[in-house]
Amino acid sequence: MPNETVLTMRGICKQFPGVRALHNVDFSLRKGEIHALMGENGAGKSTLIKVLTGVYGKDAGSIHLDGVEGEANIHSPQDAQNIGIATVYQEITLCPNLTVAENMYIGRGASFLVRRKEYEKKAGQILENLGIPARPRQQLASCSLAVQQMVAIARAVDMQCKVLILDEPTSSLDDKEVQMLFSLMRDLKARGVGIIFVTHFLEQVYEVCDRITVLRNGELVGAYRIEELPQVQLVAKMMGKDLDELNSMNAFERWNRTDGPVVYEARQLSSSESRPFDFQIHRGEVNGFTGLLGSGRSESVRAIFGADHVTGGQVKVDGKPVRITRPIEAMKHGIGYLPEDRKRDGIIADLSVRENIILALQVMKGFFRPLSRAEAEKFADEYIQALNIKTASKDTPIGSLSGGNQQKVILARWLLTHPDYLILDEPTRGIDVGTKLEIQKLVLKLAEDNVSITFISSEIEEMLRTCSRLIVMRDRNIVGELTGDDLTQTRVMQTIAGGEAS
Amino acid sequence: MSEKTGKARRGGLGQLLIPLIAIGLLIIFNLIRDPGFFSIETKLNNTGNTVLAGNLISIINGASELAILAMGMTLVTAACGGQDISVGAAAAIAGSVFVRIIRGAAPVTGGTVALAFLACCAVAMLFGAFNGMLVAVFRIQPMIATLILYTCGRSIAYWINGGATPTIDSAITSAIGSFIPGVPIPTPVIIVAIMALLFSLVFRFTTLELFTQSVGINQSAARLNGISPTLIKLLSFIILGICVSVAGSIGVCRLGLINHETLLIDIEMDTILAVAIGGNSLGGGKFRISGSILGAYVIQMLTITLYAMKVPSTDVKAYKAIVIVLLVVIGSPVVKRWFSGLVNRFHAGRAAAVKEVG
Repeated sequence: MPNETVLTMRGICKQFPGVRALHNVDFSLRKGEIHALMGENGAGKSTLIKVLTGVYGKDAGSIHLDGVEGEANIHSPQDAQNIGIATVYQEITLCPNLTVAENMYIGRGASFLVRRKEYEKKAGQILENLGIPARPRQQLASCSLAVQQMVAIARAVDMQCKVLILDEPTSSLDDKEVQMLFSLMRDLKARGVGIIFVTHFLEQVYEVCDRITVLRNGELVGAYRIEELPQVQLVAKMMGKDLDELNSMNAFERWNRTDGPVVYEARQLSSSESRPFDFQIHRGEVNGFTGLLGSGRSESVRAIFGADHVTGGQVKVDGKPVRITRPIEAMKHGIGYLPEDRKRDGIIADLSVRENIILALQVMKGFFRPLSRAEAEKFADEYIQALNIKTASKDTPIGSLSGGNQQKVILARWLLTHPDYLILDEPTRGIDVGTKLEIQKLVLKLAEDNVSITFISSEIEEMLRTCSRLIVMRDRNIVGELTGDDLTQTRVMQTIAGGEAS
Repeated sequence: MSEKTGKARRGGLGQLLIPLIAIGLLIIFNLIRDPGFFSIETKLNNTGNTVLAGNLISIINGASELAILAMGMTLVTAACGGQDISVGAAAAIAGSVFVRIIRGAAPVTGGTVALAFLACCAVAMLFGAFNGMLVAVFRIQPMIATLILYTCGRSIAYWINGGATPTIDSAITSAIGSFIPGVPIPTPVIIVAIMALLFSLVFRFTTLELFTQSVGINQSAARLNGISPTLIKLLSFIILGICVSVAGSIGVCRLGLINHETLLIDIEMDTILAVAIGGNSLGGGKFRISGSILGAYVIQMLTITLYAMKVPSTDVKAYKAIVIVLLVVIGSPVVKRWFSGLVNRFHAGRAAAVKEVG
């Protein structure tokens, strides 16, 4: 039984306007196997899942499912469900105000009549069989997130699914809950269900999976048995780097200043989103937080800025103990923060470039001391010129600028506050190469002017080029700190992957 | 891109276009119907003052409470992306407090009236803070949060005076409600001008406008720039509370009594409408108070026009609804996009024609 293929996807192509999301991707899943689908952000994992579940139509390629004659026709999520492909998404898509049993049977079957008694009895059996600690008549909202996740899985299992897709199911679970979920997955595996497991957590992959398929830039890198692919090689494949090639790359001459006084220091700082960590940065130093997406690098710097609810820890700025629990307090202590998600957290889309540039300075000046129009225009002109921002005028709404220019406006906003310590989370994401280089140069120039900078980027090369110290994170913990000669792609990847690779 | 920049350049008037066109059409319509409709005359009123009179004056005068409430509502709308439907009920409470204090004083002096206004202002701000707290702190949808006060407000107003329609009889309050001796302009109109001036001063000397728009457009980004969305939302409701107390006091002074059941009844919907006709997005964000004030005058002009046409008062609302549907549809993004497409095609066509000639 174990080697019987249940799902085969061949030559899948999917094009979005201007983006080739998937190109000629093959994927196969066996009965009773847990198969990890890995890749960096934008590699095409979710697109592939959405093609399989009928959310997107495919442009080319074929899908065959065991027990279905010929090519499987999947045109909607309902189609996918009917032929035995079930999906459990990261966010729970059940109804928290209904009972567990109702959630398992809602929207199923042709009958409009609700046979509550029967449903509850059947639900009870399944829950017991799968060892899920929930009662059928319990309201779903009263279960923990992990149990809700499991109820979603139980619903899928009862629909006689052959293929179960788990899209980032563990991202909001704690360690114990993850273990509960894993034992359920192993149980289902033993029953012959093929499971596709999408996650950002490398360790989890090696804990439960049998095979790994790696995607990059919408193309298939390969499918491997778990024994064939050590973690460090998996990371290399996801990033598209050959280990040898990486080893031979030379280090740039690096800006290295850790001799100045410590500007910012945190001990056991934690927030609602990040685990406790220690961190410090010197004057004029450029450091970076690295790790895969979901490793907690953004959450850590958000904690420094007070962007999330700070739950504990001691913070010192210039050696003096201070309290930073809200962004305004961080700003008052000379800290600036360019957020990861420009659209959601950075720009005020309908406001002009001028208003967007002065916003942070204006907030620091205070409610009763507005900048005059003339001052605001002067600042706007100054920074539009200094950063070479391409905009029709300073009164143009920022939302109509290109991504790179929007980012420069946000950068200008923080430069205008003359911060001592500037946190840049993915300042180069989604912008063109020219602007990327401009921003990197700017970072180094700021450091020369004694500004301390934390720089985060998904592109390791970029971080190696700009940072003199890298803090490596995995699964929301700091797992290493690299400086000097250790600043190579290989070392970074080894540290991310954990353990020493030869 | 070129379209966007064009819009920015035209920005000066853009948003006010719809209410201005509406006012223009109403004026033309009325002039055709009755050329003397807008004539202003002076006459002696029953206290012996020479005052301005005529349809135009009664439109501008009659819209005063609406205009004042619309100013505050604009701010709440911009910050919270929702509306306060309790302004009518809150105004009844404010008016009742005002009446209660006036009636408590034996001779009604300027000081008494000032005290009465301050007290009703404080009460209205308190109720505004209550609404604001539900919205900003407990994140209840504005319409649901203010439904509470909408439901119970007029009962509270009744309790304050304990009687059905207590009256006030004082030269000062009637001057506030109608005319100050020697001034030919109705006092409520002057109060609207003062309120508009106060708002423009606040916008000039504080960052309220920038912060409110930031919170309304992108709350998360505003927070990460050190603005407290909670505080800004709360503030918008408290400022609306001030507007409510002014509108309530004017309403009471106009009639010389408080009827908790009918004072500024149904005004909340007209207020929201004024904000919308003024070209402000009811989803929050960018706003212009001047638009909302114009919107208030559009509504009042429409009402007076319908009355002048001898439309029975029971039918007025239906006719009003027809005009309002037209205004809102014309101002909707769908029609705007269609219209700007039309303009672009026209320009393209003309450019092509010019080329052919050349």
